[in-house]
Amino acid sequence: MANNDQTLQEILNLAAAHFKVPPEKLAPDDDFFRTLGIDSLQTLDLLTKLENHFHIELPDYELQGVSDFRTLASRIQSRL
Amino acid sequence: MNQFRGQALSWEVRDGVIELALDREPCNEIGSVTLAELATFANALPALETEAHAVVIYSDRRCGFCAGADLRELYTRSQQMARNEAAREVRSFLESIHHVMNTIDACPLTTIAAVHGVVFGGGFELALTCDLIIADKTARFCFPELRLGLIPGFGGIPRLKRDLGNALVRDLLFTGRSFNATKMQQAGLVSQVVAEGEAVRVARATTAQLQKFDRHTSAAAKKFIKSIPYDELKQEIDLFCDLFTRPAVEAGLRKFVESTEAQPYLP
Repeated sequence: MANNDQTLQEILNLAAAHFKVPPEKLAPDDDFFRTLGIDSLQTLDLLTKLENHFHIELPDYELQGVSDFRTLASRIQSRL
Repeated sequence: MNQFRGQALSWEVRDGVIELALDREPCNEIGSVTLAELATFANALPALETEAHAVVIYSDRRCGFCAGADLRELYTRSQQMARNEAAREVRSFLESIHHVMNTIDACPLTTIAAVHGVVFGGGFELALTCDLIIADKTARFCFPELRLGLIPGFGGIPRLKRDLGNALVRDLLFTGRSFNATKMQQAGLVSQVVAEGEAVRVARATTAQLQKFDRHTSAAAKKFIKSIPYDELKQEIDLFCDLFTRPAVEAGLRKFVESTEAQPYLP
């Protein structure tokens, strides 16, 4: 099973590919709404990608108050 | 009227398939304009059925199939009226939308909802009227109504109960969370999950298969298999109207309308 750092890196790579930004532009503690300029609809899109990639279910209410990749990784890690 | 182009939707009969395309900014929210045009479609359907063997409903909006009821219109109009007048208008709206949903549900032709992106609330209810749901990988299904102090009012609960186990219905309604297409396929609701952007193409390919079968037999089989829970649908209208008058609903609608996001889809 991947550890938190591996999960975090996969999320950063996936977000970079999905939103077409260079991976080096994304950092673990970035506010992804601000960095990626995404709205709630695009967040749902990302959620679907994450669920399919990690083969998990991540209820969208788990994203309440989550705005950085590191915290998102810990939410996902808890379901692996 | 075998083709129509309105402000919210259009339809045409193409290769023996009635294709209804939703196309109203921002995400096909169902308000008075969409309802009026859906009612026109429902009235035209019996005549269209004679020229076709299937129906496909889809969206031309990038964001998704349909985000549900037009809550901004609902809030604005309810604020302009006395409470009992608003309640009467809501009931009238629900009875009209139920007529549309029931007509599509009872259509003797095989109906397919080809969905992507947001399939929320009333949009989910529209998809549930169809015999098959073909979803692309971006589709997410949700009943967020409890966030507003309401229940689904366009026939969602009786139709969900028809198609899904009660435990999943409870999860959908009580948590208000969204489910991806794969989960909905595993639950038995979604017929096929396809690549992004491919739902309409696959729906059309499916209609080519449907065309091989005798229409009368298909219609008879559909009537035999698929019951429409008319009594429960009426009870849903009553419960919705009862809940609508509560202060929690006005507060929920106000919060939605005053949100600074263009499309506040997260809980």
